Amino acid sequence: MSNSLDLPLVGPRRVRRTSPVLLLLSLRTLIALFVVLAFFSATAPNFLALETLILLAKHVSINAFLAIGMTFVVITGGIDLSVGSIVGLSGMVAGGLLDRGVPLSWFHVTLFPDVPVVIVVAVAVGVLVGALNGVLVTWLSVAPFIATLGTLYIARGAALLISGGETFPNLVGRAEYHNMGFPILGAGTVLGIPVSVVALVVVSAIAAYIAARTPFGRQVYAVGGNERAALLSGVPVNRVKLTVYMISGACAAFAGLIVASELVSAHPASGETFELNAIAATVLGGTSLAGGRGTIWGTIIGAFVIGILGDGLVMLGVSSFWQMVIKGAVIIAAVVLDQLQRRMQRRMAIQAQAA
Amino acid sequence: MSVAASAAAPDAVVLRAEQIGKAYPGTIALHAVDFEVRRGAVNVLVGENGAGKSTLMKILAGVEQPDSGRLWLDGRGVSFASVNDAASHGIGIVFQELNLCPNLSVAENIFLGHPSVRLGIDIDTGDHAAKARALMRRLEHAIEPDALVGDLRIAQQQIVEIAKALAQDARILIMDEPTSALSATEVEILFRVIAELKAAGVAIVYISHRLEELVRIGDTVTVLRDGRLQARAEMRDVDIPWLIQQMVGTIEAPATQAATRSDAAPLLALERVTLRNPHGGFLVDGVTLAVAPGEVVGLYGLLGAGRSELFEVIIGAQPDAEGSVRLAGQELAGLPIAARIRRGVALVPEDRQREGLVQSLSVAANLTLASLWQYLRGLAIDGARERGAVARTIRELLIKVSSPDVEVTALSGGNQQKVVIGKALLTRPRLLLLDEPGRGIDVGAKAEVFRTMRRLGADGLGVMFATSDLKEVMAVADRIVVMAGGRVTGDFLRHDATEERLVACANQGAAASAGTIG
Repeated sequence: MSNSLDLPLVGPRRVRRTSPVLLLLSLRTLIALFVVLAFFSATAPNFLALETLILLAKHVSINAFLAIGMTFVVITGGIDLSVGSIVGLSGMVAGGLLDRGVPLSWFHVTLFPDVPVVIVVAVAVGVLVGALNGVLVTWLSVAPFIATLGTLYIARGAALLISGGETFPNLVGRAEYHNMGFPILGAGTVLGIPVSVVALVVVSAIAAYIAARTPFGRQVYAVGGNERAALLSGVPVNRVKLTVYMISGACAAFAGLIVASELVSAHPASGETFELNAIAATVLGGTSLAGGRGTIWGTIIGAFVIGILGDGLVMLGVSSFWQMVIKGAVIIAAVVLDQLQRRMQRRMAIQAQAA
Repeated sequence: MSVAASAAAPDAVVLRAEQIGKAYPGTIALHAVDFEVRRGAVNVLVGENGAGKSTLMKILAGVEQPDSGRLWLDGRGVSFASVNDAASHGIGIVFQELNLCPNLSVAENIFLGHPSVRLGIDIDTGDHAAKARALMRRLEHAIEPDALVGDLRIAQQQIVEIAKALAQDARILIMDEPTSALSATEVEILFRVIAELKAAGVAIVYISHRLEELVRIGDTVTVLRDGRLQARAEMRDVDIPWLIQQMVGTIEAPATQAATRSDAAPLLALERVTLRNPHGGFLVDGVTLAVAPGEVVGLYGLLGAGRSELFEVIIGAQPDAEGSVRLAGQELAGLPIAARIRRGVALVPEDRQREGLVQSLSVAANLTLASLWQYLRGLAIDGARERGAVARTIRELLIKVSSPDVEVTALSGGNQQKVVIGKALLTRPRLLLLDEPGRGIDVGAKAEVFRTMRRLGADGLGVMFATSDLKEVMAVADRIVVMAGGRVTGDFLRHDATEERLVACANQGAAASAGTIG
């Protein structure tokens, strides 16, 4: 950015302009996206076809939802391992409400809520698990890794308990109960674009706006960058942390609804290890696990890189074993490059000063 | 080490640092500093906080590597890759911040880096215990080698730290503020040990803020100021006023207004403010104090007098505090920090890096962090308004920065301090608390900061600043309140205050607090 203010520029203290290498490093995720896109469009037939890309975006959207919530948590310096279990739990809550309803035994009736109500309840369950995470992390001072590891088990157990481990199949609803329409979330389209992709565009835009332009977003970065300084500047640190875990829970629950809707059934084991993909997308997108740095757009790009890599390798017929090896290598490379960039920036700052 | 050899050449320089330079992001800690360590002598190093003493010591002890310059040991060029490397050359260090493992025993801590082992693997615990006991006898302390370090009092931990360095048979022993937690009798014992070591030819490098101590035990003195070598002298040729003069320089004293005790309704009224120490005793002990609008109050005291804690109580960072804190008649006790900031209290904390700045954010984001509510349009931050406020603050406080979007760590220490002050001012405070505002910044920036404080006072703000620097408090404050051991021990208008009276008040509670520690 140019010197837009009318300020005396003091030579020795002035930060030097970004070097080309540093610029390349800072744009690495975007470059990686174009590299994988170029590679697969050259090697896999029909990769750039519109249908393929739409399908790809649909695949990516589930991980992207999780990763958006994860990004807020990681920027505060935390981590949320419970998101995969929340995916399973919210699907099971929705499945149970659609398939079995709410039996009110005193009145000998069973209540079947409408689909919008089902969605709201399922998301609320995710928010509740997130709130539990937040309370554990803040007022009870449990380390985020441990707190969310605990809720990972609790939420998964709860999902299994709802049905005794059974799957809720065929979640199309029944006309006489007025609870039809759940499959639209996973299979419906708006102007030819899947509902889940439209939802992703809307949610990521809102999330990016919150992160970049609202006081809450600024406070999220401040808490992760230096919690003590944030506290002394009047940032309600505990409330900020509680909120990010609730956002993460909501995002995960929404992803769970999409999964259940796409399959038109709810399985209690769905979403297992999803948390790892979400963390991978977040880190690949340039968010620092140490907190204080990261963007929503970076995370979205990171989710796409992982998604394209996965789908592309499948299309090329690469074995799923090799896929895992490649995915792991890409994630490690991303973090190594991130460290490299940090070190270069630091060195340049010192040089600029010593000059 | 050989006593005969050291007796033959008592003044020989054993370690020489030449043109040492070291930079950190945001500050240049050392500019081409020369330093000599003589065998069989106490080589004193003094300077204000942030002058570069600790950085220089870390370089001598191998903790940090210099960016430029050379080290000469016994006339041979050396470089230390690590603390162990330096230790193998006979250099030991007692760190200012205690470097002990609280979960290990005294003996385990003492021999952590160099255990005596049988057959290369089996730790000889009997030998450790015996040696540790001998060291404790030498230091005249009855600390059991089996005791857990975490169970010891701070003063005892400091003794263990000293024993740890002695156990390595160091030829050069660096002591960074070794007496900061010791009582008067413990200090005497330490001085006897130092005299013994000196007689045995050990070179001691001694850092302390307590100037009387230095004059007593020092043989040579080197003064650092703002990362540069300021002066070097034989201790017998100098006195305390000379040391202060060299350390501080002449503060450009802003014209103080004719101070009279104001009869106006107080802006800040503290009543019996008390903060208990979780380890027993009080950090702040029944402080009752008033500050009038437009008054610049200096809060003077030694390390641990309770000044920072008092500020934390006022801003609301100590929810367990008792007593009443009223701002313009409104009770603040029980309110969270954000609410107090909204009502007009702002704090510039003592430790810029740990408490003042968010290192990962830009200068602009740091400046507006505490006052985001002012730039709201609907739910979002109005970018134009925020940028306007940032530009105005950068201009008013003369913050030297190429663009407000630069990360705050790229700034020099003085400019970082101005960012923290700017952040506080953007909350439009009525009462501004500054904890050691002049610490670790160069003389020019310091003068600017003090001028700003005077200007804010003239604008009608209540300004309170804590400092352990006599010259500073005398030059800047209208009124000087002295704290010691958590209590207010003196309250002077500036023209009634003398350095002797302030020092006397600051040491009043020290005896009492040493009593609670010892």
